Amino acid sequence: MNFFGFGSGAEIEILLDGADKRKKVEHKISENKSEELSVYYDGETVSGAVSISLKPGGKLEHKGIKIELIGQIEILYDRANQHDFATLTKQLASPGILNQSKVYAFEFPHVEKPYESYFGSNVRLRYSLKVTVGRRLTDLNKELEFVVHTLSTYPDTNTSIKMEVGIEDCLHIEFEYNKQKYHLKDAIIGKIYFLLVRVKIKHMEMHVIKRETTGTGPSVYHDDDTVAKFEIMDGAPVKGESIPIRLFLGGYNLTPSMRDINRKFSVKYFLNLVLIDEEDRRYFKQQEIILWRKGDVPRRQINSAIEESTQRFGA
Amino acid sequence: MSSDELYTNTNRLDGPRQDLSDAYSLPANFLEIEVSDPVTHGVGWRNRFTDYAIKVQTNLPVFKHKESSVRRRYSDFEWLTSELERDSKIVVPPLPGKALKMQLPFRKDEGLYDDAFIEERRKGLESFINRVAGHPLAQNERCLHMFLQEKDLDKNYIPGKVRTV
Repeated sequence: MNFFGFGSGAEIEILLDGADKRKKVEHKISENKSEELSVYYDGETVSGAVSISLKPGGKLEHKGIKIELIGQIEILYDRANQHDFATLTKQLASPGILNQSKVYAFEFPHVEKPYESYFGSNVRLRYSLKVTVGRRLTDLNKELEFVVHTLSTYPDTNTSIKMEVGIEDCLHIEFEYNKQKYHLKDAIIGKIYFLLVRVKIKHMEMHVIKRETTGTGPSVYHDDDTVAKFEIMDGAPVKGESIPIRLFLGGYNLTPSMRDINRKFSVKYFLNLVLIDEEDRRYFKQQEIILWRKGDVPRRQINSAIEESTQRFGA
Repeated sequence: MSSDELYTNTNRLDGPRQDLSDAYSLPANFLEIEVSDPVTHGVGWRNRFTDYAIKVQTNLPVFKHKESSVRRRYSDFEWLTSELERDSKIVVPPLPGKALKMQLPFRKDEGLYDDAFIEERRKGLESFINRVAGHPLAQNERCLHMFLQEKDLDKNYIPGKVRTV
């Protein structure tokens, strides 16, 4: 919106309270663009001010000014499927005329934000504040997106994953990962133990795969993306050898696992162990892991707002 | 309730120590197949053919003989390819070309019996058979074992699976 040319000459800006003290993250807002957005948690109040600036001597006649807090899920291949799961509205001004620039304060107290913001391949979940200045012909709009993170605490049970797999009489391995549930800055500590090696292995890799599932029933669609690839062994192993695994998740762009969000989509993560032989044949074993987001501050210092929003991650 | 971690434990997981005899003994995956010694039999245009020595050396228990040597010709490799394509779930790698052009008369070189062509074909067959024989699923097929280790190919055999003895 600029002051020149046609139009009302009004500039709308949305400012969030305490924005400089609030955590910000770089979040994708479109295919090619990322922006630094403020992070909010479930239960937190979203407050701030809407500033409407007029050119000197200008005036703005309107049919009412309102601000909405919208949570929406957009499924890309299905344009009709844009669903608002949360809509809160606050009237800022009733119909009238503005003769000078004005600032309106707003507050959405203790807003429920049940899902985490997600920018995926086929589905996007986003939260935004939208100001609408109603006018006779065209409304004036301004939108400000913010990010919601869902936090969890350490799960009650988190046993290791240990399994023996293989091809009969050819290749037997036992793999072990130290946990089933990892937080986003955790490390996967594991080992691969070779019980029988009758194939010529060239090397072994560990992949982290993100599977985004959209749709329900017959029209389920999976999108797999290999988010991490890590070579854990180079060369041919023999019986009795143990290969250690140490994979630091903090180095990759991961999100928490999302289960059946609003009955519209899921995001699951898998560890894929891949063995490649001399003829480039691949032998692999996929295992699901659960990723969760840990709060930043140590438990002792968690402030009350975040504490009331922390969810126990079920098992 | 589990206690919070103040730091991430990155220590290796404990495991059984490897037996030294396992560490230093021959690997259990030894399999080498050599295609060599091309010999052209017969005279004249219609009755000639070239066959090759197929020598197997292995310690895989699925193979009946640890060492074997048989003779096979190109059409035997074609037979093996079609048997595997029908019975096994593997994607069979391509054979070196059939070279029908080489069989036309009035060629300047020796055609199918040209030394350079035979050498190219020998290399292609060697790479093919090593690739196929190393596949765990192909190792279960009776046709592969008959092809590699029995003196004559019985094309009326009963197809079936082989298991490690």
